[in-house]
Amino acid sequence: MMADSGPKDVAVIGNTELTSAELDNNIKNTMVEIEKGTSLLRKMEISVAEAEKRTGKNTVNMQEMYTVYLIETRPVDALTEGITPDSLWRRYSEFELLRNYLLVTYPFVVVAPLPEKRAEIVWHKLSADNMDPDFVERRRVGLENFLHRVASHPVLCNDNIFYIFLTEDKDWKEMVYETGFQAKADSRLKAVNAAFRVKNPDGRFTELKHYSDELQTVLSQLLRVRARVADRLYGVYKVHGNYGRVFSEWSAIEKEMGDGLQSAGHHMDAYAASVDDILEEEEHYADQLKEYLFYTDALRAVCRKHELTQFELEMVALDLACKKQQKEELVTGTVRTFSLKGMTSKLFGQETAEQREAKLQVLEQQLKEGEEAVKEKNTESDEFVKTAWVDIERFKDQKDRDLKEALISYAVMQISMCKKGIQVWTNAKECFNKM
Amino acid sequence: MSRTIDAVVSPTQTNTIPADISGHMLDLDEDDDLEVFSKDSTLADGNMFNASMPTSPGSMVNQCKFEEDEESDSKDIFITVDNPESHVTAIETFITYRVLTKTTRSEFDNSEYEVRRRYQDFLWLKGKLEDAHSTLIVHPLPEKFVVKGMVERFSGDFIETRRKALHKFLTRVADHPILSCSEDFKVFLSAQAWELTTYKKQGPGFLSRMGETVRAVANSVRGVKNRPEEFTAIQEYVEDFSNKIGSLDKVTQRIVKEQKEYLEELKEYGPTYTLWSGSEEELAEQLKGVAGCIERCCKETEEQVGHLSDTLVPVLHEYVLCAETLKAVLRRRDNIQAEFEAKNEALATKKVDRDALKEEIDKLEDRVEWANNALKGDWGRWQRSMRGDLKSAFLSTAEKNVDYYEKCLAVWETFLLSQRTEPSEETDRDNTP
Repeated sequence: MMADSGPKDVAVIGNTELTSAELDNNIKNTMVEIEKGTSLLRKMEISVAEAEKRTGKNTVNMQEMYTVYLIETRPVDALTEGITPDSLWRRYSEFELLRNYLLVTYPFVVVAPLPEKRAEIVWHKLSADNMDPDFVERRRVGLENFLHRVASHPVLCNDNIFYIFLTEDKDWKEMVYETGFQAKADSRLKAVNAAFRVKNPDGRFTELKHYSDELQTVLSQLLRVRARVADRLYGVYKVHGNYGRVFSEWSAIEKEMGDGLQSAGHHMDAYAASVDDILEEEEHYADQLKEYLFYTDALRAVCRKHELTQFELEMVALDLACKKQQKEELVTGTVRTFSLKGMTSKLFGQETAEQREAKLQVLEQQLKEGEEAVKEKNTESDEFVKTAWVDIERFKDQKDRDLKEALISYAVMQISMCKKGIQVWTNAKECFNKM
Repeated sequence: MSRTIDAVVSPTQTNTIPADISGHMLDLDEDDDLEVFSKDSTLADGNMFNASMPTSPGSMVNQCKFEEDEESDSKDIFITVDNPESHVTAIETFITYRVLTKTTRSEFDNSEYEVRRRYQDFLWLKGKLEDAHSTLIVHPLPEKFVVKGMVERFSGDFIETRRKALHKFLTRVADHPILSCSEDFKVFLSAQAWELTTYKKQGPGFLSRMGETVRAVANSVRGVKNRPEEFTAIQEYVEDFSNKIGSLDKVTQRIVKEQKEYLEELKEYGPTYTLWSGSEEELAEQLKGVAGCIERCCKETEEQVGHLSDTLVPVLHEYVLCAETLKAVLRRRDNIQAEFEAKNEALATKKVDRDALKEEIDKLEDRVEWANNALKGDWGRWQRSMRGDLKSAFLSTAEKNVDYYEKCLAVWETFLLSQRTEPSEETDRDNTP
């Protein structure tokens, strides 16, 4: 989970009062900057240092218990300007709000996912509780990881709302709502409709959609089975603890064998205890895989946006083609397609030249507007495809790097587990030898 | 194997059904007891001292020297048990085993014998040995019936386990300085099938044995009054030992069960990586590599469980049965003493023929002394065997576990090596310790 490090350009962190238009402008500026890859993390250290339980009244005025996380920021080194050490508390729901804002505002970006809201794929019943300290701890790590992902993203790191999330305690929520991002959000219905009816989506996006579905299926299964394996391994190790107890009791009634049994028993206890650390480490590996499982949602979101954009373009183009044909019919007087107008004019006589002229005028105007619309939509679509694909390539590289590293660390974990096993049983063997 | 093999039930035996041994998760304090059967209740409590036995106890002791030490390196009798064969008759189906004996002992006419014996024959032999030497410790036989969980998929089949246990039984008898001199033992090893059948029919009949049993029960109800301290100590030890070995047996069987369930899940785990590799380009090789590692670890796990089932489980189970044997031996010793005490008391109180009674009492006193000596001598022997057997079994298990982890380690290290030799565009990363 290393941050991107880019060239020396320093992002300009704007002031706190940006209008929506200026925000849009910011986005356009930063789109140009993508290739240069600036990163907030180069200047600022971000950590989610602690978690605390609070009680408070919720929206329906009932007492509830929730967890808050402490976000600390400080300059990377003494020479960095413009950053002062700061800290504030945020709830999980605020992280969610931030992410939704980013999703809507930068639909061409594969936005990093948040850690699980509720513990779902767990290996041990204990962790199913949201208040469980282990779960809270893993969530804290996940939230920190999320912030690092955003802060190292060439586009997202420049977002002002993000910066304020990290640094300003009061009124952040109001500021987010004021951006009006919720209005910009595409309705689910629109998106689903577009997905069905779009005719010529870019093949790469279709492929990406399939890939993200596959990856989701495969990772879900893998994580489920891994959790079951971990559960079983736990059982095997823990039962050996009984050897410890029985050997110890047995050694009390034996003369020659007593010492050997007693010490062997200690090693059995150690063996049983060692599984806790082993599985704790593996949990970290599982979290790395889970992040990419949740990333598939973000991938699909980008694909959906493309389909929507493409669909809208197709609709506008279709409309233009329709108008063109209407004009042609009007000019040449031929009616290629059935229309009520055509029928009535056949029945009740042609319209006057003036009427025709008026209609033509209107159509010309509409044609002009239509062509503008198509041009605009085309540009929009092209821009989207271009910027989205850049980010997708970035994501793919990141994914390959991260998962390669995760698999290597998994192998390292297995090696460590084997080494511990060798040690314990070699020691036990020595003890049995003394029996 | 199906239970038809064990369908033959001797009319004198009681059958106890084993309790379910699948205990609660990790908690073995509750007594889901492994019922020990193959107890032949008539023989265990019977007293076969027959006043008209041809040789006196004293001369029997002289016949075969009582070794304080282990069996000398110069073994003069070697026995193998192999070649199980199924026999089908109109009434039953049973298995016989080939028993091969090679010996230089003078009491044997030949130096080599090959006979076929079935489980019933072994039971008979054990019974005879216990009857003749009621306070010697005879190694247990494998159970008559199939115990749930004893039939392990990985340890070959039930017949193989039984074969090994039968072999152990005969070897222990052959190594025993007194038991190996038994005439019944000699007949068992050398007689052809029909000869054995004839031989078995001799000796005290069923009814006289019943009479002995009644007397024994009467004595045990009365109880022994002045048990020597050392035998009380042995009894306490046996009680504790029985508990401990029973627990170990349960723990080990639980481990085998858990390990097998782990293996089942592991077998499904590898394929998820292979499935994933199908969707990836850059990562495909690596993912397949991980899948391969997991698969190889599965094989090693399978082997390890098999070893546990073959080596540790049978030995622990044997000693669970041993503990019951010991309890029976101590009971018999007590009964012999109780009988003597009863007669002794009668001498003081009843108006009987004092001379005849005195003679009987003297004989009983001798018997008590002989029984005590036999037991004392055998007790040391038994403890040494027990230590040897259990030490060897646990050692072997520990060695196998080390071997298992070493093999898995090699699998993952090879994989890691293959990853690190690839040119990586990453900077040097810290690996978690």
